[in-house]
Amino acid sequence: MKHAQKATRFIADEPRTDWHDQALWFVRQKRDLAVHSVPEWESLRELASQIKLHTLANLAEYLEAFEAKAQANGVQVHWAANAEEHNRIVYGILQNAGVRKLVKSKSILTEECGLNDFLEANGIEVTDTDLGERIIQLRDEPPSHIVLPAIHLKKEEVGELFHQKLNTEKGATDPKYLTEAARHHLRERFLQADAALTGVNFAIAETGGVVVCTNEGNADMGVHLAPLQIHCMGLEKIIPRQADLGVFTRLLARSATGQPVTMFTSHCHRPKPGGAMHIVIVDNGRSEHLGRPDFRNALKCIRCGACMNTCPIYRRSGGHSYDVAVPGPIGSILSPGIDLKKHSDLPFASTLCGSCSDVCPVKIDIHEQLYKWRQIAAGEGHLPVVKKWGMALAGQVLSSPQAYNLAGKLARRALKILPRFMLYNPLNDWGKSRELPIAPAGSFKEWYRKNKMHEPE
Amino acid sequence: MSKKSILRAIRQNQPQGPPLPDLPSFASDAPEPLAAFQAMVAAMGGQVAHAADFPDLGALVSAYFPGETSVASTVPGFPGNIPMQDIASPAELETVGLALIPAQWGVAENGAVWVSEKDSLFRVLPFIAQHLIVVLAKDRIVSNMHEAYQRVQIDETGFGVFIAGPSKTADIEQALVIGAQGARSFTVVLE
Repeated sequence: MKHAQKATRFIADEPRTDWHDQALWFVRQKRDLAVHSVPEWESLRELASQIKLHTLANLAEYLEAFEAKAQANGVQVHWAANAEEHNRIVYGILQNAGVRKLVKSKSILTEECGLNDFLEANGIEVTDTDLGERIIQLRDEPPSHIVLPAIHLKKEEVGELFHQKLNTEKGATDPKYLTEAARHHLRERFLQADAALTGVNFAIAETGGVVVCTNEGNADMGVHLAPLQIHCMGLEKIIPRQADLGVFTRLLARSATGQPVTMFTSHCHRPKPGGAMHIVIVDNGRSEHLGRPDFRNALKCIRCGACMNTCPIYRRSGGHSYDVAVPGPIGSILSPGIDLKKHSDLPFASTLCGSCSDVCPVKIDIHEQLYKWRQIAAGEGHLPVVKKWGMALAGQVLSSPQAYNLAGKLARRALKILPRFMLYNPLNDWGKSRELPIAPAGSFKEWYRKNKMHEPE
Repeated sequence: MSKKSILRAIRQNQPQGPPLPDLPSFASDAPEPLAAFQAMVAAMGGQVAHAADFPDLGALVSAYFPGETSVASTVPGFPGNIPMQDIASPAELETVGLALIPAQWGVAENGAVWVSEKDSLFRVLPFIAQHLIVVLAKDRIVSNMHEAYQRVQIDETGFGVFIAGPSKTADIEQALVIGAQGARSFTVVLE
C-alpha cells in the first residue's frame, strides 16, 4: 500500500491526527528554544557538515583505521555487506556464546535489517529496553519515529497494553505509574540477559570506540550487566576524532528533543573485565549510495529526527504511513536508493517547503533531494498513471503561452459549468476533502492589463 | 567476511571532500561556568549540594538521603556500607540504594559530568543504583562540550560516560517521567 493510502487511513480520525500533529510540533518548538540558546549554532552545523563530508570522502581509510584501533582495544570487528549477513553475524556471535536471552537498546539499523524477527525465529528471546521500543514490541508493530518510537500512541493504549502484558491495574493511564511498571519488568530482563546489543550514534576512528546516547540509561543497564556486548553500526556512523564529538553531541539532542544533551553519552572502548565486545559494521546499500552524487550527502545524517518533527506531511500522516525503518523526509530520500520501485511514492510525500533542510543539524539538502528523486521516479516510469499523464499534459500547457491562456479560459469556464461528478471524482486528487476555488472572471494577465491602463500617469 | 568488497565499493564511490576542519572551542561565548553549571543541573532534573555546608560527606548523605541503608561508594575516604571489594559480578549491585562516585569534569552548558570506569569501579554502578551522587571539584567545570573533550581522554579506560541527570523518559505521550531504567535522582556534590 502506498503512502497516500496509508495516510488516508491515518487522517480518518481527525482529532487524533491533530493530536499527533501537535505532539510533534511541541518537540519542534522545544528544539527551537534549545537551538536559539546557542549563539554559534550555525557554525556548529557548518562544522558538522564539513566533518561528515570530509569523512565520506575518506570513508574507507577511516573505517580501516577504526577497525585497527578497535582490534587493538580487544574488540572483535565484523563486516556485513547486507541485512542478511548482519543478522547471520549477530546470530553467530550469540550462538557461539550460548546466548538465549538478549536485551537491546534502540537501533534503527537492526529495524532496517529485521534482526528481531530473525533472532526470534532462531529461538533467541529479544527484549527491546527503551520504553517506547518496548511498548511497540509488545504491540508487535514497528516504531513510527526514530527518536520517539511510540509517539503515535495514547497513554490509554499503553495502559491497556501494560494491563494485558505486565499486569498493571486495569484502566491505569498515569505515565509515571506505567513507566514504573516497565522499570521493574525491564530490570528483571537486564539481570537475566546473556548479551546486550545497541545501536551506535558515533564511532570514532581515532580511538576505535563507539558512543551511544540515551535518556533512560537502558543501553548502559544492558551492556554493563551482560557478559557479551554487541554494537551494530551503519558504516556512515564514523567520525574522525574524539574532538569531533564536541560538535555532534552539542547538535544531536538539541535537534532531537530540545535537550542540551542526552542524559547519558556513553563511550565504549574495551570489553568489561571478563567480558567480550563486538562491533558489526554494516553496508546494506550505503556504499552504493555513496556513488550517487546528487544523493550521497544524505549519508551525513545523524538520525536526530528533527526533519520528521517539523514536516507538515509526517506530522499529519504518521510514521507508519511510510512503511520503512526511517520514515519522514530523511527516510524519503534514503529509501528510494534502496528500492526505487517500492518507495517511488515517498519523495512525493512532501510539500517541498524546505523546513526539513532548515532544521537539519548536518545541513543535508533534504527537500532538494526529494525533488531530484521525483524526477528520477518519473524518468524511470514509476509514477501512477493519473500523475504521469497529468504531469505530461501540464508540461505541454506550461511550455506554450497560447496553450496556457486557452487552458486558463477553459478551466475558469469548466469550474463554473461542470457538474460536480466531473470535478469531484477519484481521478482528481485536488477535489478530495476540499472544494475547488470559485473561478475568477478573468486571468491575472487580463486583470493586470485592465488595471495598468487606469493607473495615473 | 565482506570487508574487502565493502571497502572496494566505497573506494570506487568516494567523492572528493573538504579537509577536516579545525575546531574552535567557542569558549568566549560561554557564561561564567560554575553558576551556569549549577543552573543547568537543576534544569536537567538533578540537584546541587555543597560540601562546605556540611562537616563531612557522611553528614551530607544523611541529610539528603536519611535512612538510606544500602550505600555503595567509590569516593576515596568514604566507604559506604557495601564492601566494593567483595562484589564479584555487576548484577550483585542490583540492591544498591545510593551510589557515590567521584566525577572528573563538569560541563556548564548542559550540566553533565564525566565519569569513567576508573571512578565507578563497576561500569554499571551509576546506572543500577536507585539514586546517584557524584562528587565534583568546583574548579573542574568547563564551559562546553568542546572544552570537555579537550580535557577528557575517552579511551583512557574501557568505558566512560557523560551523565547529565537522572534517568528519564517521555515515551508515553511526551510526559516527562524521571526514573526510567537508571538512577531515579542525581545529586552533584560540589567541593
